[in-house]
Amino acid sequence: MEATEKLNARDFSSDQEVKWCPGCGDYSILKQMQSVLPEMGIPRENIVFISGIGCSSRFPYYMNTYGMHSIHGRAPAVATGLKLSNPDLSVWVITGDGDGMSIGGNHLIHVLRRNVDLNILLFNNQIYGLTKGQYSPTSEVGKKTKSSPIGSLDHPFNPAALALGSDATFVARSIDRDPKHMRSILAAAEAHKGSSFVEVYQNCNVFNDGTFLNFTDKKLKDAYILHLEEGQPLIYDEGKKGIRLNGLKPEIVNLEDGASANDLWIHDSKDPTKAYILSRFFDANFPRPFGILYQEDRPCYEDGVVDQIERAQAVQGEGDLDALLEGSRSWEVEA
Amino acid sequence: MKENQSLKKVTILFAGDSGDGIQLAGSQFANTVALAGNDLSTFPDFPAEIRAPIGTVSGVSGFQINFGSEEIHTPGGRPDVLVALNAAAYRKNFPNLKSAGTIIVDPAGFDKKNLRLAGYDDEENPLNNKPSDYQFYEIEVTRLNRDAMKELDIAPRDRDRSRNFFVLGFIYFLYNRDVQVTLNFLDEKFKHKPSALEANRKALMAGYNYGDTIEAITRYRIEKAKLPPGKYRNITGNQALALGLIAAAKKSELELFYGSYPITPASDILHELAAKKNYGVKTFQAEDEIAAITSAIGASFGGALGVTGTSGPGMALKTEALGLAMMLELPLVVVNVQRGGPSTGLPTKTEQSDLMQALYGRNGETPIPVIAASSPSDCFWTAFEAAKYAIEHMTPVIVLSDGYIANSSEPWLFPKSSDLSEINPPFRKEAANYLPYERDAREVREWAIPGTAGLEHRLGGLEKEDKTGNVSYDPENHELMVKTRARKVAVLAKDYPKTEILLGKPEGDLLVLGWGNTKGAIHVAVTQALAEGLAVAQVHLRHLNPLPDDLGAVLKNYKRVLIPELNDGQLVRLIRDRYLVPAEVLDKIQGKPFLAEEILFAIKKMI
Repeated sequence: MEATEKLNARDFSSDQEVKWCPGCGDYSILKQMQSVLPEMGIPRENIVFISGIGCSSRFPYYMNTYGMHSIHGRAPAVATGLKLSNPDLSVWVITGDGDGMSIGGNHLIHVLRRNVDLNILLFNNQIYGLTKGQYSPTSEVGKKTKSSPIGSLDHPFNPAALALGSDATFVARSIDRDPKHMRSILAAAEAHKGSSFVEVYQNCNVFNDGTFLNFTDKKLKDAYILHLEEGQPLIYDEGKKGIRLNGLKPEIVNLEDGASANDLWIHDSKDPTKAYILSRFFDANFPRPFGILYQEDRPCYEDGVVDQIERAQAVQGEGDLDALLEGSRSWEVEA
Repeated sequence: MKENQSLKKVTILFAGDSGDGIQLAGSQFANTVALAGNDLSTFPDFPAEIRAPIGTVSGVSGFQINFGSEEIHTPGGRPDVLVALNAAAYRKNFPNLKSAGTIIVDPAGFDKKNLRLAGYDDEENPLNNKPSDYQFYEIEVTRLNRDAMKELDIAPRDRDRSRNFFVLGFIYFLYNRDVQVTLNFLDEKFKHKPSALEANRKALMAGYNYGDTIEAITRYRIEKAKLPPGKYRNITGNQALALGLIAAAKKSELELFYGSYPITPASDILHELAAKKNYGVKTFQAEDEIAAITSAIGASFGGALGVTGTSGPGMALKTEALGLAMMLELPLVVVNVQRGGPSTGLPTKTEQSDLMQALYGRNGETPIPVIAASSPSDCFWTAFEAAKYAIEHMTPVIVLSDGYIANSSEPWLFPKSSDLSEINPPFRKEAANYLPYERDAREVREWAIPGTAGLEHRLGGLEKEDKTGNVSYDPENHELMVKTRARKVAVLAKDYPKTEILLGKPEGDLLVLGWGNTKGAIHVAVTQALAEGLAVAQVHLRHLNPLPDDLGAVLKNYKRVLIPELNDGQLVRLIRDRYLVPAEVLDKIQGKPFLAEEILFAIKKMI
């Protein structure tokens, strides 16, 4: 293989025909991944994509790297075992709102608390696509689908809040229709050592078209998107509005009406309290934050595992099989 | 003067409340007689509750040991000696005692409260109405042990905790056994707790000396067993299984990854392996049974020997992932230490009722090799063999153990590492022309590890195209792949040794065919039947899938086939289905292993 710096997006594209529906948001995510990976300088053979089941989980087949399309919901556990056995790999978990938050919810929260050094992309389209349109754990209450003909009763998950509640060390949000933003978030996720949780809003144009219209429509999105930038004040709607903290209570202020930009909330992704408040910007009252909500440095799991083994070997010496077989209380039977 | 009587073998059952330290005393006794050169077999039996109601029959913990100067194949049927520390232990176990057996009791355990808890009627005390043909030793263990604790600085609530060692000391005296092994054990165990060390040492010696002091006592001498020469150690099934996995990892030069979720009676494998970090073992206590197996699959994808261990209910949760492992054709060892089922069932009791689950419990056509261990030390060889098949044939392999052999112990003529066979992983190194699902003559595909340049490939649970491994919905390809995967597993039988007639002649009236933990009890029963002149033989199956190629021919040489199983008849269905022979089952579903006499009785009924 040529030197890594010569790779381009095409080198990361497998020979398999991509079979998502035309117009699916997944195409954009795939494209951004294929274009951003060459910039990261990781040898292609050291990259692995692990997925579960669902539309998003076909992703590994289209990447010319190592990959595994595993079973429904279990990708975080497969990836944990892989990373523990082979810590030098760059391991990406591709999951969806059904795969990651419903059938695989348990694995997701545990991988986050352990802080295994993985990049977890949750493609959130708020619907079950592969099974043709049932409501998902992120669908809004009242959603009418084939399995909820008079409206879903389920209160939806707030994925970012769930990740924070699981003590994730990196929580970010992006969207399929903003390629540049997504590339920057993917790069930041890879750069973070520990579990990086990235929620990607992804439009399912067949079963849930326009569910993220507020964040994609040219006329609407400025009023609904809050771009988080480290050290910068929370300003949105083309600079017209800002967010101020009154104690722990966020308030929207109108900068055109004389509110001072100096009083605004300055984004600090290392602040867990602020991250929690940002994660609760989840209804129509506040703009939706995009970017890195939270990040912290915490020892990652596989390093601890390797460290314990190295310490044991330093103290006890590398294990000798014959000594192990004999144990501490053997005896001899004479012929 | 004490009288000394020589015995060939003896079976002792230590029984008391589950908080009385019965298992510890029993395992100490086992280690001591093992080091003294006796052959032995043990059977620990305890309640599922950590602290079952004190003093009740359901809270009784037992540890049975059969040891002798001759070869020992079972933990003994009915015990010769019952040690009962309370009335409940007596009530539960007296009916099983051999007639004219010996009973050692502590009268403090037969006070009003204990009698009531054990379910005796008011004014009813078995010690006041001792069956005449039994030998009773009524030893005031509690009082004597408190006396021994007198000069120690020990809290009143702790002073009875060493009663188990007092009893153990007495038994050591009775059977002419050295206390040194246990003294060494105490030194090590309590090296940071001098008060506990002193209390237990004192209790042990007080019990021993008590035996020396009392009059009119017969001591027993059991000579060394004539075992094959070599070096031995005592080992339980779960310990042996853990060692077998480590040995296989060493021989294959792979890292051992053990993903597991705690479950009785398999947790000890996790404990054993977690303490072997200096052997490079990576253990992962997963969030659930599914993560336990899927993390092991991930580890195998990454180039490790992935292993997961569980018991029946956990096995049920792993079934989807077993199918994935079979599709991915990666090495994986899945250990099921069976317990009583169905559902949560009898967690601490033994059963062989997961055979059908191991063979068939998956969606689709999902053939997986199944190997069963037949004794505690055999768990080593079973685990090793399973790992060898898994690695060299790129397949998941199921190991069946069970609660009985997992917790029981026996002396083991352990191998040298150089005696173990080599294990050769079919690694793919060469980048050119790599096809992930291209196979060799044994239908085995190559193992390309992430991190190897030029071998990037994608695996998955969707049906594969032959050779390329790409997703394929082609009808003929699907049939081809199903047949190929079946053939790949069937090929394993070519590596088996010839089926051995363990006892009896290669033809006769009756073949007793067993699998798993029944081997010892069948051995004793068939030996007795042969001594009585019956034309009976013993064959024991280790490989349940695929079955040995020569088994059909072996079966046809006997008029009838008897299959003793601790289930409602599972192997018997497989044998009838496969060989169309009228095999009959001897089933037992009581959470307990077979007694040899039960099998002998069934043999006589059939001939």
